[in-house]
This record gives sequence, structure tokens and C-alpha cells, in this order.
Amino acid sequence: MLRYSLKRLLGAIPTLLVLLTLAFFMMRLAPGGPFDGEKSLPPEIQANLDRKYHLDEPLWRQYGRYLWDLLHGDFGPSFQYRDYSVNELIASGFPVSLRLGSISILLALLVGLALGTLAALRQNRPADHRIMALAMTGISIPNFVLAPLLILLFAVHLGWLPAGGWEGGRGRNLVLPVVTLALPQIAYIARLMRGSMIEVLRGDAIRTARAKGLPERTVILRHALKPALLPVVSFLGPATAAVITGSVVVEQIFGIPGLGRHFVQGALNRDYTLVMGVVLFYGALVVLLNFIVDLLYAALDPRVRYR
Amino acid sequence: MTTPTEGRSLWRDALERLRRNRAAVAAALLLLLIGLLVAFGPSLSPWEFDQIDWDHISAPPSLATGHWFGTDGVGRDLFVRTLQGGRISLLVGLAATLVSLIIGIAWGATAGYLGGRIDGLMMRIVDILYAMPFMFFVILLMVFFGRNILLIFVAIGAINWLDMARIVRGQTLVLKQKPFIEAAVASGSTTPRIVARHVVPNLLGVVAVYVTLTIPQVILVESFLSFLGLGVQEPATSWGALVNEGAQEMESAPWSLLFPAAFLAATLFCFNFIGDGLRDALDPRDRR
Amino acid sequence: MKLLEVEKLRVRFETADGPVHAVNGLSFSLEKGETLGIVGESGSGKSQTALAIMGLLADNARLRGSIRFRGQELTRLKRNAMNRIRGDRIAMIFQDPQSSLNAHLTIERQMTEVLEHHRGMPRRAARKRAVEMLEAVQIPDAARRIRRYPHEFSGGMRQRVMIAMALLCRPDLLIADEPTTALDVTVQAQILRLLRDLQREFGMAILLITHDLGVVAALSDRVQVMYAGRLCESAPADVLFQRPLHPYSRGLLASMPRLDGPPGEPLRTIPGTPPTLFGQPSGCPFAPRCPERLPRCEETPPAPLEKDEGHRVACHLLEEEQ
Repeated sequence: MLRYSLKRLLGAIPTLLVLLTLAFFMMRLAPGGPFDGEKSLPPEIQANLDRKYHLDEPLWRQYGRYLWDLLHGDFGPSFQYRDYSVNELIASGFPVSLRLGSISILLALLVGLALGTLAALRQNRPADHRIMALAMTGISIPNFVLAPLLILLFAVHLGWLPAGGWEGGRGRNLVLPVVTLALPQIAYIARLMRGSMIEVLRGDAIRTARAKGLPERTVILRHALKPALLPVVSFLGPATAAVITGSVVVEQIFGIPGLGRHFVQGALNRDYTLVMGVVLFYGALVVLLNFIVDLLYAALDPRVRYR
Repeated sequence: MTTPTEGRSLWRDALERLRRNRAAVAAALLLLLIGLLVAFGPSLSPWEFDQIDWDHISAPPSLATGHWFGTDGVGRDLFVRTLQGGRISLLVGLAATLVSLIIGIAWGATAGYLGGRIDGLMMRIVDILYAMPFMFFVILLMVFFGRNILLIFVAIGAINWLDMARIVRGQTLVLKQKPFIEAAVASGSTTPRIVARHVVPNLLGVVAVYVTLTIPQVILVESFLSFLGLGVQEPATSWGALVNEGAQEMESAPWSLLFPAAFLAATLFCFNFIGDGLRDALDPRDRR
Repeated sequence: MKLLEVEKLRVRFETADGPVHAVNGLSFSLEKGETLGIVGESGSGKSQTALAIMGLLADNARLRGSIRFRGQELTRLKRNAMNRIRGDRIAMIFQDPQSSLNAHLTIERQMTEVLEHHRGMPRRAARKRAVEMLEAVQIPDAARRIRRYPHEFSGGMRQRVMIAMALLCRPDLLIADEPTTALDVTVQAQILRLLRDLQREFGMAILLITHDLGVVAALSDRVQVMYAGRLCESAPADVLFQRPLHPYSRGLLASMPRLDGPPGEPLRTIPGTPPTLFGQPSGCPFAPRCPERLPRCEETPPAPLEKDEGHRVACHLLEEEQ
């Protein structure tokens, strides 16, 4: 188990290195620089700035310097928010994104699993058709369409909820962004759960459980639920990645000071270090989450052994 | 239990089942309607997509003014712009899907058919790329290398071929072990002939399902980029860009959000329903 | 009173391609402690007959006729009432012990739940009984291995676990659907011997469903041959093996490989394939493959006739003789 974990985590290093290198050179090779926007800058100040942030050095030295700093856990200074380091920006933005994302995933799991199971148990009956049509709608409405529509309805027309802002993550401010992020995941999880539950219920093991005369509730809860959950557990990795990507747009629309907004602002302002920091941070997070999901899967399936 | 004496064509069977799926048929008809509107609709209206009507700025939908979907904040006709945007969105969807299809099939079928160490290496590359937060890359690409449509195709195609490669490889591996392939090998057929006669036709089903489900994904990504202001540039437009503009004016002019949003969602909805129906129709396990 | 009486059983499946007639007017009965072997090719309706008795037919199945167990009509029972009978008075084991056991639960959980549900036993007592039953089916080190998961057992051991699980409540009737088909030949013989010994010990009746005449010969008192959901021939085992009357039974027996035959003798087969079960044939379903068919075989289906005491045959040839 320990060996397996070590091996998995070491295996993530090449992935992250590829990610870092690709992102680094893609940004640096593109035309334009972080201080282009400020046209009023006299050349000598521009040169000073470049020197201060080592932008005057050859690219490979900058790359080496970045790697070296990174090894010491330093993402470097932000070019745009000059008083802050990228570490500080991540430290302030991540808890916000984490709160938003984890509540969304939990909500998606809770509702998605319940709806999916219900649909499977009422297969091809009206309740099933209704749930699946609803899920299809959830998948087909992009979050950036859903968010304005929700704002239009609940903030502008009904005035029940604020149209944006964070205010320390109060419940009222959380509702609309969380729903926007969770809805597509609810839809995916419900469809996945329905499919796998139907598959499991058709299996020989369930026939045996019924042949033993067990009540239907025991058959579902004890015999069918766990195997049916496994595909959903595997989906948690991609689901988290999707929520992270989605949070970029949702944070932008609702004006939430999380990492996703830092990323968009950073990219638009060519804030190299901030963008690199966010990309690497999220890359590492996704790798870590996938690893945890695999451990969870192995814990749930007695047939899986760590290799 | 069901042992039909004469073998029936998988495709004819699937088509028959698809026809019985009312949701899929309705989705196909609606999609056809959207396609026709997008293709011929703009010529029905007296307005051009970049023409400004100074008398009607942010005007609500009305038959009298000829602005059937209303106008936007600078007085451009939203009916024409919505359909014009649809052309771009659908075009990007089809083209980028084609890109990912070609790369994915070539990569996946090669890896799956050759097997062994080449397969291992090729799939390891896919794994590494898979772990990348691609949306971030696409955003970076658009920000740093300018915003042109060609780049959107490439960027989106580059994400989606990974899925395709995995699916095709998996199917190829399964197929390779099927008795009819073994029979073909045993009877002395050559490798290209086996791939062409047996492997590719049997992949078509999965690929068809995948394509119908990829197109909406691609449209979604394009809209997402356009929504962030990173996709198609003014005065050209796409559904994502229109939703973005509409969202900024939704309090005063909700129609500028609702029409493009409805078209976008309806299109994605249709593709998803058709893809689902196709998958059910091609999956004989569901037969009863 | 007979233990089990099946009368004019019909099972039909509604499919997208039309109705499938799996069982067509089958009648038979079973005495206490008796072993009845049902033989037929795949698609002969033998498994669906078993599932019909258990109340486990698929959702799209339509059932007609009557199934009486100890005088009680099973076809009209509600699910809860049926759940008190199956697993307790009637138990079933299946073909593939690998997929029939739940891979996600320990053997202990899968066994004790039967006793908890039907007998209301506390977990501790249930575990003790389960271990005893595993020992009865000769699983070594049962007290320890009961905590394991199914994938940690071999195929033969898994089928022993299945049998032990089925016998926990000492049922009156055990339905065994191809119990040895998925196993190695040597293991097959062990499982058959085990079933015979357990039957002697517990005194239950066995409904043995198989396509393998060898398995039937090893275990059955009586044999019933089925084709396309109908009865062909039913007779005491020794009578059927020595003097089969129906052309299909004769074909089946002739296609058994024999160790005492001359070396190099080719395997005999029955030409043709079983019929599709879409729609009902007007005549005898076996007629197209029958070497001795008469003109009328294609027109009217033969009714089962009592040839001798306990020997029923459904064939026009035999009406001829009478």
C-alpha cells in the first residue's frame, strides 16, 4: 500500500514536469509581455522592470530559475499584483475555490446518486423518463448560460438571492454559484448511476440474492449499491476536474475572488507567474485527487489489489 | 432465447430501433430545423449580421420592425446574428470533431492492433496528456496566440482525440480477440485486409455514437471560449459570444440573452439525445 | 400430496421483435425426496421453467398455468409471501458460481443473511450454522475461510459455497440449474457426488436442469426431455436410458460419446438447429429435424401419452402403434 502510493506519486512528477514546461514555453514564446499594456512607461523603467523580474535573461535561464524557485516552494512574484507573491494569491484564492468546489461536488453526489438510483429502480417508467430528460437538460445547458439565467430569475426578477459577490462565503452568496457548478455534475452522476445500477440489477449476483428470498430493500442496499457505486467513484476524478474548469467561468460571472478568477485575470494581463502558479497548483491537485479516488476504489472493491 | 435463424444486419436493426425511439427522432427533426434555419434563415431577413439599425437600439422582438428576435445594444438584428453565430458554432463543432476523429482513430487503432510495447508507449503518452488541465491550455493558447478560428479547431481537436484514441483502442483490443477475426487470420487474410474488412466496420458503431456526443462537447468548448471573449472576434459572432453579450444586458434586454441561449441549449440537447439513442440502438444488450 | 405440481405452464416474453414462447404447456410433478432431471438443448425452456417456479422471471415475461408447492399456488403469491418460501423451502443454485456470488460481500455475510431473514437468528448463531454447513460441503478450514470474499475461492469451492448457502434452511426442494457446467470435469464429478450425499442426508427433492445426459444419469430418479418449451418424453431414468421412445431422446442418447464404442467412431449429431421461439409452430416443433416424421407431424402437435406406468411420450409415431 505504502509502496503503491509512493510509486503513484512519483509517477506524477513527469506529468507535472510536462505540464510546467509546456505552459512555460507556450507563454514565453507568444508575442507580447506583461508590461506591454502600460504604454506610458519610459524605456529605462521598462528595462528596470524587466531586469527586476529577470525577463531580460535568456529563456532557458528563466526556465531554470523558475524550476529552482519552485523546488523551494516559491511560485515567484505576481507581475500584475505587484505587492503580492503568487503564493499569497493562491493562499487567499484557494480556500474560496475549495469551499465552492467541494460543496458543489458533495451536492452533485448526493442528488445525482439519489436520482440515478431512483431512475434505475423505475426503469422505463414515467419517473425514469422524467429524471433522464431532466439530466439531459442539465448536461445540455452550459454553465455560462445557466448562470445568467439563474441570476435573471432569482436575483433580478425575484430578488431572493444576490447576483454575485462572495462576502466571506455566506450561504446566500453560495447558492447560485454552487447550483450552477453542481447541476451538470448531478446530471452526469445520475446517468452514470442509473446505467450501472441497471447493469448490476441484471447480474447473476442479484438473481441469487432474490432467490434467497431477501426483501427488495436488502437486495438493493446491501447487494446492488456498492458495485453500482464503483463507476461513480471512478468518475469523481473527471468530475473534480470539470468543477475546477467550471469554476473559472462561475467565479468570473459571480465575481468570486477564487483561483479561477486569478487565472483568467492573470492570462488576460500576461501575468506569467500567476498563470503558471495556478496551472501547476491545479495540475497537482487533479493528480492528487485522482490518486485518492484510486485508493477509494481499491478500498471499495475487494478484488482490487495494489500493484 | 432469441435465436433468429437468418442473420440480420446490425445497422438495419439499429436504425429500426432508433426509429422507435421517439425522443431521438424528435431531436433529429428539431436539429434538422435548426440546421435549415441557420443555413437559410439569414437570407429571409432584410438585415445583415453587421448592419446597424440606428432607429432600433436594444429594441424588443417585434414583427413590425423586422427584428424578429429584437436588436442588441448597438442596433444589430439578433435574428440574423443568432443564426450567423449558429453557422460558426456548428462549423466549429463539425470541423473540430473531424480533426479529433482522424487523429483518434489513427492513434487508437494503431496502438490497439499492434499491441505490445508500442501500444504501451502510445497509451502512456495519452495518459500523460490526459492528466493535463486542457481547458487551461486552450485558454492560454487563445490568449497568447491571438484569437482565430483555425486555432480553435486545432485546440479543441487536440483535446478530444484523446478520448477517441482510448475508445478505439479498447474496441480494437476486444475485436482482436473475437472469433471472426481469429478466423480471418487463420484463413490467411493479410493485416490491412483484416483491418479494412473486419476491424473498421465493427468500429463504426462506437465511432458514430462518439461523434454525435463529441460535436456538442466541441460546440460547448467553443462557446465557453467565446463567452470568455477568447473565441470568435467582432463583428463575427458565435452562440457563446452572443450569450456573453446578452448576459451583460439581460436586465434591460433579456431577449438578447434568451434567444442565443435557447438555440445553443436546444442544439446541444438534440445532439445529446441523438447520441444517446444511437448508443442504445447499437447496444444489443438492451434488447428485450 | 405431491411436493411440486406444475400444470400447463406457459412462459412468454414480450420483446421488441415480437413474443418469444419459451415454455408451452408444460406439466410435471415431483415427489418428496425425488430427483427429477430436466434435459434439453439451450432454448428448450428448461431454465425458464426453473425461474418460473422461483418467481424470478424477467419483467417482460408473461406466465400462465399453475405451479403448486405443497398444495400452495405460487403463481398468485405476492412478492413478500414468495420471499418467505424461496431461500427457505425452495432454494436454487446456478450455473456460474463466479458471477452468482456477490463479489463485494464476504461469504459470511452472504450466508448469515439467509438465516437472519428466514429464521430470525442472531448473527453469532447464524455464523455458527453457516460454518457447519460449509463443513458439510467439505470446505476445509471453514471457520477461517468464511470471512473471505468469493474471488479468493476456486470454481469448485465457490459452487460448494453456493450449495451450502442454498441448504442453510434445509429446503424441501433444491433447484440446480446446470450446477456443474462451468466446472472442470474432475470437479464436476465431486460436486455431483456431494449433491447425492447431501440429498441422502437432508432428504430434499432435487430438480436438476442440465443439457448433459451424463449428469442426469449420475443423479436422477426420473428424466424429462424437453424441446422448444414442450415435453418430449418423461420416464424413470433407467427406462429412458435403455428404451427411449421419442426420436429426439434417441438422437440425444446416440450423440453421447461412448467409451465402449469402437475406436475412431465419429460423434453422432442431430442434424439441423433448434427452432426460433418467435411464433408457434403448427405441428410438432421437432418435425423439421426428425428422421421419422409423418405427414401429420407438420400439422398437429402431438399430445403427451402415457405409454407405460410413469412413461409419457409426446409423439405421433407412438399413437400409430396403439
